[in-house]
Amino acid sequence: MKTVAVVGASLAGLFAARALRKQGYDGRLVLIGEEVHRPYDRPPLSKEFLTGKVEEDALALEADGEELDAEWVLGARAVGLDTRERSVRLADERVVRADGVVIATGAAARRLPGSDGLSGVHVLRTLDDARALRDDLTRGGRLVVIGGGFVGAEVASTAAVMGLDVTFVVGGTAPLAGPLGAEMAAGVAELHADHGVRLVCGTGVRGVAGKGAAPAVVPLGLRGAAVSAGDGARGRVEAVLLDDGRSLPADIVVVGIGANPCTDWLEGSGVALDNGVRCGADGITSVPGVVAVGDCAAWYDPVFGTHRRVEHWTGAKERPAAAVAALLSGGTAPSGPARPPYFWSDQYGVKIQFAGHAARADSVTVEDGSPADRGFLAVYRRAGDPVAVLGVDRTKLFTRWRRQLATAAAQGGAV
Amino acid sequence: MIPACRLADIPRGESYRLETDPPVAVFHTEDGEVYAIDDTCTHQDASLADGWLEGCEVECPLHASKFNLRTGAVDAPPARLPVRTHQVLIEDGMVYVALSDAPPNLPPSCVAARLVGGMA
Repeated sequence: MKTVAVVGASLAGLFAARALRKQGYDGRLVLIGEEVHRPYDRPPLSKEFLTGKVEEDALALEADGEELDAEWVLGARAVGLDTRERSVRLADERVVRADGVVIATGAAARRLPGSDGLSGVHVLRTLDDARALRDDLTRGGRLVVIGGGFVGAEVASTAAVMGLDVTFVVGGTAPLAGPLGAEMAAGVAELHADHGVRLVCGTGVRGVAGKGAAPAVVPLGLRGAAVSAGDGARGRVEAVLLDDGRSLPADIVVVGIGANPCTDWLEGSGVALDNGVRCGADGITSVPGVVAVGDCAAWYDPVFGTHRRVEHWTGAKERPAAAVAALLSGGTAPSGPARPPYFWSDQYGVKIQFAGHAARADSVTVEDGSPADRGFLAVYRRAGDPVAVLGVDRTKLFTRWRRQLATAAAQGGAV
Repeated sequence: MIPACRLADIPRGESYRLETDPPVAVFHTEDGEVYAIDDTCTHQDASLADGWLEGCEVECPLHASKFNLRTGAVDAPPARLPVRTHQVLIEDGMVYVALSDAPPNLPPSCVAARLVGGMA
């Protein structure tokens, strides 16, 4: 292989580039990134970066003096992959020829239909998103957070600690009910009320209303239907309208309703897509010489027997090594069992850690501490075997359980 | 040289936290090597003795930065600075640690706590 192009210059792309060099690839290496920024760390964007405790230079993912001997093409969006000519086409018409391609284009935040152009409405994915949100939060006011995932829960926490008036609107039974399971999520959700955040669960959002030149109410129409976004500024957000008829006054709105894989540029390329780039457990796609990593990759998950996108930081960091080994060996490198998925979330100074798959469990028991004390460890089991573990301010015990789950997975267990 | 613990007190794959200021973590690897590094992750106040020991690396129990036990070097953010390594001597079944005289890379929260009078 003479040239490898890594398309996507965030965590997964950088770790793919590092893995290439570490595994002895000494050919031409091109890193292509849509954002103008060098690789940066995203988890702080919903936490310490918003409060100002962490500045931009501390977000850099590259070590001081790190030399990957790579060509960086930043601020350039990939718009096409020609698998026959083996080239990546960029938005500015440039073409990068490469024998090997690592797809690491990540995912883009979903936006609330009809909210485009209304100032005060934010999504949070990129550094530029975080800068804009930080500026708004610093001014204070009433914040409404929409969506009960990690971004929503962490922004609610951060803003409450900053002294804003926060209402947190969640469609399901509790924030993080998907990843933690409904029962444990309900326990963790008490943290929000503890810190004065109004949690509104079980209701959808009908739309947002603004003041200014815009129509007073932006109708969303049918759920999921595309609504013309209008162009230019349309004034500032004033309220969030709920499905149950309530209207929540808002000076700032954060929309945290998930992310879509950035795979549009691969349409028609021959690379199989299915809610992300469909790839094997080792990252190999349907096209030889092309592997996928990070949030855009739907890896085959042997535990579930399906392809899944697992959008965790640790997966984007750990999986590129296996994908690069597969790329360099033409798919003959043995790939070891992946560790069970792991994520953490820091909310209100409390460390929430989770490993494994809550969805596979048929029971969950608190084995140490208690949710009422906001510190506990819970083990999720399926037919008596541990399949996941949740720690809330139980770092040491959690790590022991996480290791145990990984050992069981390596031995072909059910984690 | 500070006496830390008996070697028999740390089975292979386990660690021991020495309550110095700042604290030191002593690791006994699966290969039988013994290393000592600063216990506090350079990113946030987390005890590396509580972390995941694998080979000659320990992964911070919170945010998954990995520190090399031999060199103290860190592989990836969120931590950006290395931890100090300390010299280890084993004599008559006792583990002794000679503390490094380099300045420690403590996380900002710990530095603040020290300035107002001791570790939190």
